[in-house]
Amino acid sequence: MVARPLVDESISIIREAAAQFERPALLFSGGKDSVVMLHLALAAFRPAPLPFPIMHVDTGHNFPEVIEFRDRMVEQFNVQLLVASVQASIDSGRVADVQGPRSSRNVLQTVTLLDAITEHRFDAVFGGARRDEERARAKERVFSHRDEFGQWDPKQQRPELWGLYNGRHRMNEHFRVFPLSNWTELDIWEFIREQRIELPSIYFAHRREVFRRDGMLMAATPFVERLPNEEPFDTTVRFRTVGDASCTAAIESTASNYDEVVAETATARVTERGATRADDRISEAGMEDRKRQGYF
Amino acid sequence: MVTTTLKFATVGSVDDGKSTLIGRLLLDSKAIFDDQLEHITAVSRRRGDDVADLALLTDGLRAEREQGITIDVAYRYFATPRRSFVIADCPGHIQYTRNMVTGASNVDLAIVMVDARHGVVEQTRRHTLLVSLLGVPHLVICVNKMDLVGNHEAALKAVIDQFTEFAAKLELRDVTFIPISALNGDNVVDRSPNMPWYQGTSLLRHLETVYTASDHNLIDTRFPVQYVIRPRTTEHHDFRGYAGTMAGGSLRVGDDVVVLPSGLPTTIAAIDGFDGPCSEARSGDAVVVRLSDHVDVSRGDMLVRPNNHPVVTQDLDAMVCWMDDRATLRPRAMYTLQHTTRTVRAVVTDLRYELDISTLHRNTEATELGLNAIGRIALHTTAPLFIDDYHRNRTTGGFILIDEHTNATVAAGMIAERGR
Ligand SMILES: Nc1nc2c(ncn2[C@@H]2O[C@H](COP(=O)(O)OP(=O)(O)OP(=O)(O)O)[C@@H](O)[C@H]2O)c(=O)[nH]1
Ligand SMILES: [Mg+2]
Repeated sequence: MVARPLVDESISIIREAAAQFERPALLFSGGKDSVVMLHLALAAFRPAPLPFPIMHVDTGHNFPEVIEFRDRMVEQFNVQLLVASVQASIDSGRVADVQGPRSSRNVLQTVTLLDAITEHRFDAVFGGARRDEERARAKERVFSHRDEFGQWDPKQQRPELWGLYNGRHRMNEHFRVFPLSNWTELDIWEFIREQRIELPSIYFAHRREVFRRDGMLMAATPFVERLPNEEPFDTTVRFRTVGDASCTAAIESTASNYDEVVAETATARVTERGATRADDRISEAGMEDRKRQGYF
Repeated sequence: MVTTTLKFATVGSVDDGKSTLIGRLLLDSKAIFDDQLEHITAVSRRRGDDVADLALLTDGLRAEREQGITIDVAYRYFATPRRSFVIADCPGHIQYTRNMVTGASNVDLAIVMVDARHGVVEQTRRHTLLVSLLGVPHLVICVNKMDLVGNHEAALKAVIDQFTEFAAKLELRDVTFIPISALNGDNVVDRSPNMPWYQGTSLLRHLETVYTASDHNLIDTRFPVQYVIRPRTTEHHDFRGYAGTMAGGSLRVGDDVVVLPSGLPTTIAAIDGFDGPCSEARSGDAVVVRLSDHVDVSRGDMLVRPNNHPVVTQDLDAMVCWMDDRATLRPRAMYTLQHTTRTVRAVVTDLRYELDISTLHRNTEATELGLNAIGRIALHTTAPLFIDDYHRNRTTGGFILIDEHTNATVAAGMIAERGR
């Protein structure tokens, strides 16, 4: 069983943010962390409905299984869904689309996200990031301040003591709130198993057409241009993270149910980002740089 | 099997080896992933180091890697078959003391790193003082870099003497000394043959076995109301639930309680936790409580037992650590004060003294507290708070001060009984 203090801490953080902020929203990608976060948020206010909307930043490069899942969850839990579209940002000229075999719309999401925060006047957005994911995330506060440009300043983080969270801010500034800060990937999976939480099917082993790039297995989708030597082939894979289809790799796996995925996670020798995120390999401080600009 | 979790922080002066120790602990207990090790090995090689710099496992910010120091606290998680651990690797540099305070505020144990060559220095004393004020129940003094002093017992003895002399005036309950080399892993996971004279346990064994009685106060029932749940749906039209996290003691269905500040008595009708209805809520549980009567209760109110109240007051005495680099704390200044789920305004009515970090002398002539200073103040608040002595209850005894112009968190406060 996942330690109840971890669950209780997350619920307490979600309620605290709902109490302190006027217009929060919960970022929902359909990935495992955001699904767990949504379940905890629903539990935090039960039997009342979720007191804020959920928002999907949609790159347009999706796995169809994830969109289908997202819409089903919205119906099942009766929550309000907002979609912030990267395609719309491109069409309106806010950002230029990226081209070529190694391009990904992942970084473009920052502009779309910040525009949506401004448009809806959100003063807090819940994110499902965990500190164990990445070394810059390991440094971030639970209530993380963003200036009027949506930027994170890792050298000026507010002290955060005990369970006291300071969400005070000026107009046009906002906070990112991370209720799952202290969860590990294994905690997430044990919780999913224990609560029998439904996930997009691509988290479990399935046959898929993939190709090999930089030692990773990329899904052969219409969104990725393949290089001449990148021959697609069929194999059994699953996804450890779900993000933009053009930069999220699959792993070879036959784990097809909760128990098998938990067992695989417990013995993994590579981090989830190391195994699956093409974009995180860019540089030593890739994540920090993106986060400074306002990324999730 | 139920394993307990131990939260600990590494503190002590800059470059004494805190991050290296965490890297070593993670590496030797196989909590490092292959790609993380490859990454730090590659970065170290690029810099011309012959061995992987283990501090890079936690020093994740660009500026930290450039300067080779820790700036902000890093959180890491690992588990052994005996226990799971949450680590807060704190910065040693004085400039980042507030980040150290952040990391150490709610841990069960602090590892104070001391460089065997330099012994106890000012920053060791500052961090030990803070750890003591923060009420961290267990301390391990790691005398590090033993490899640089020939692994001689004399270095350990010297640190024990220096530390004991300083710490005599502090309230420290449990202190253990362990000589180590974070770089080589001596006495970190296993006892080292390089120090045969050392008869104690390895650091990891100590962390696995140190007995931590619950950090929670199990006696004084305190339930600060965080959020009122009123569904306003047809199905749950009359539902009124009070959500919050138990900050002490316990509550059972049927218990008589009193609502503060109104003083109105009522009874607990139902308790719901994450797993559904429960008969009891204990300290640390996040629950929703329903009451038998329609009493007026809102965020910031507190449910307590009829015969065990916190102090209800607008005047408090507290030790504070000042954390603002833009302004100093001065008498008559006004701040926003956050305490449990209650936010009020507070004016500093008196700066009673500043504590000298080295001698622990109380300087009653002080007129302001500058960055990283520690002192005793009196505050008057615009509305009553429901407080306990910090050493009795970290949740109802701790508060933060917020600058009303910058919105920055400028002080950590620990409530002390008057005259103590
Ligand atoms: N010889 C020797 N060197 C060590 C040992 N432990 C750490 N060092 C070295 O001491 C230097 C500082 O180590 P860090 O781990 O970065 O120190 P720190 O305490 O984390 O420093 P801050 O976080 O900036 O306060 C590095 O060059 C380490 O390699 C040890 O046991 N023996
Ligand atoms: Mg360090």
